[in-house]
Amino acid sequence: MTTAAKLPSTGSSARAFATGFDVEKIRRDFPILARDVRGKKLVYLDNAATSQKPRVVIDALSRYYELENANIHRGVHFLSELATAEHERARQTVQQFINAADAKEIVFVRGTTEAINLVAQTYGRVHVGAGDEVLITAMEHHSNIVPWQLLCEEKGAKLRVAPINDDGELLLEEFAKLLTSRTKIVAVAHVSNALGTVNPLRQIIQLAHQKNIPVLVDGAQAVPHMKVDVQTLDCDFYAFSSHKMFGPTGMGVLYGKASLLEAMPPYQGGGEMISSVTFEKTTYNKLPFKFEAGTPNIAGAIAMGAAIEYLNAIGMSKIAAYEHELLEHATRKVSAIPGVRLIGTAKEKAGVLSFVIEGIHPHDVGTILDQEGVAIRTGHHCAQPIMDRFGIPATARASFAFYNTKEEVDALANGILKVQEVFA
Amino acid sequence: MPDLRDLYQEVILEHSKAPRNFHTIAQANQKAEGFNPLCGDHFTVYVTVDGDAIQDIGFQGSGCAISKASASMMTQAVKGKSKAEAKKLFDTFHKLVTTGEANGDRNDLGKLAVFSGVSEFPVRVKCATLAWHTLQAALEGKQEKVSTE
Ligand SMILES: Cc1ncc(COP(=O)(O)O)c(C=O)c1O
Repeated sequence: MTTAAKLPSTGSSARAFATGFDVEKIRRDFPILARDVRGKKLVYLDNAATSQKPRVVIDALSRYYELENANIHRGVHFLSELATAEHERARQTVQQFINAADAKEIVFVRGTTEAINLVAQTYGRVHVGAGDEVLITAMEHHSNIVPWQLLCEEKGAKLRVAPINDDGELLLEEFAKLLTSRTKIVAVAHVSNALGTVNPLRQIIQLAHQKNIPVLVDGAQAVPHMKVDVQTLDCDFYAFSSHKMFGPTGMGVLYGKASLLEAMPPYQGGGEMISSVTFEKTTYNKLPFKFEAGTPNIAGAIAMGAAIEYLNAIGMSKIAAYEHELLEHATRKVSAIPGVRLIGTAKEKAGVLSFVIEGIHPHDVGTILDQEGVAIRTGHHCAQPIMDRFGIPATARASFAFYNTKEEVDALANGILKVQEVFA
Repeated sequence: MPDLRDLYQEVILEHSKAPRNFHTIAQANQKAEGFNPLCGDHFTVYVTVDGDAIQDIGFQGSGCAISKASASMMTQAVKGKSKAEAKKLFDTFHKLVTTGEANGDRNDLGKLAVFSGVSEFPVRVKCATLAWHTLQAALEGKQEKVSTE
């Protein structure tokens, strides 16, 4: 097979992007980025699915198991005290990272999915009744659709969906019209994983709060890319996953305002979430432990804390600025290729470039790019309603992190040319 | 290292661009729907069965190059065959796309042998077999949608 014609190089290296952002140095912090796949240099552009882990996170996991492993909160011995202290220090790290008012507002869960299910099954089951409504948007991930569908089915309530325009932006006026006295909770993505759209959260939350409706934010795709301040946003719940922000899998966070969390019934029953148990009556533990039944992912929490410290050392605003330039470069480069159509062209975007190529199915695009070492995702991205909205079965999606380079974006663009050549 | 040209053979690309028997059959007496939730491939296979013979076959839907070409070439391969022959051909084809080998049965495959490269791309086996699973369901008169997941 002949090699695809290379797109003309646009000159200056990635380092010239944002001043003070040394991407080559950052790449050395991520051991996996040095490996080859299929005989080619790995170009990892599937960060929205999961991110890679820096050495400090990998080390935090092994250090915990080598030197600190013990169960927490109930031991009287040295290691248990150490593990407990490290686990709770991670909670404070999260609290400061998203600027929550209190560490007790940080509930450790398995991930975004569990965080949303927790709220649906506790807050939701108490407050949503027959004839009530839950309002989401047309760009939600399945994990911010299905838990609400289950709740609505159980309660005889209705799931309402605020529409989006052809650029993949929420229609705010339509959203506002759907806020009624029947609306009991709003659940909305901060950043769409399939389109990259950044939602106008401040306005969404203000509109909902004017009607005393609480707002849950699915922050899975926002936290890795931008500074999140839950107090400035004034959101009621905020959910995110460690594995998408350079921490380990099986770990995540539900932030909730203390007043709401206090009033909610527990999610699961078991150890840790109680303060006393008799066969007649159980009193629940205080926040956040009321929502953390059973032995938690101790190593996961500690290593997520290490990921946050790593991000803090670089600075979220620098990360956001660099990624913005990377996404702009990618948008320019990929949309310039004839036959390529971007899906998701909102003015405010982060991290994601979804596209389709005329006459070529995304699955074939993915296979051919993979042969070039370029890892992207193809499919519906757990957002089938978005695919229906745009009348396509699937998209190819490149998603970026701050360790990606301009050269990697160029490899993507050259890979797309190769795809077109195979199908020519 | 698998070569892309092993997967995307000219014949396959040609069928994916101009699929044969790509239409509904109004008087079909068997039909089934097949779906690959992973990539959104979605086909309906229509068959007119006369006694034991597959008299006519067509398909509709959308999918990747591999799934579409496979559906197209399947319709050519099974038209006029008995149900049992079609089933046997599927078994041979399945062996081919999963192992790259079809042993003594290779001659039965005819043009379908171009799919041997699929075996080097394990995630694409579902694409190559979707239409065949759907045909099987149609012939067995199954009502529920076939899913490759
Ligand atoms: C926007 C969004 N919400 C929720 C999730 C679910 O996250 P997790 O699988 O980590 O629970 C994802 C992950 O793909 C996502 O992108």
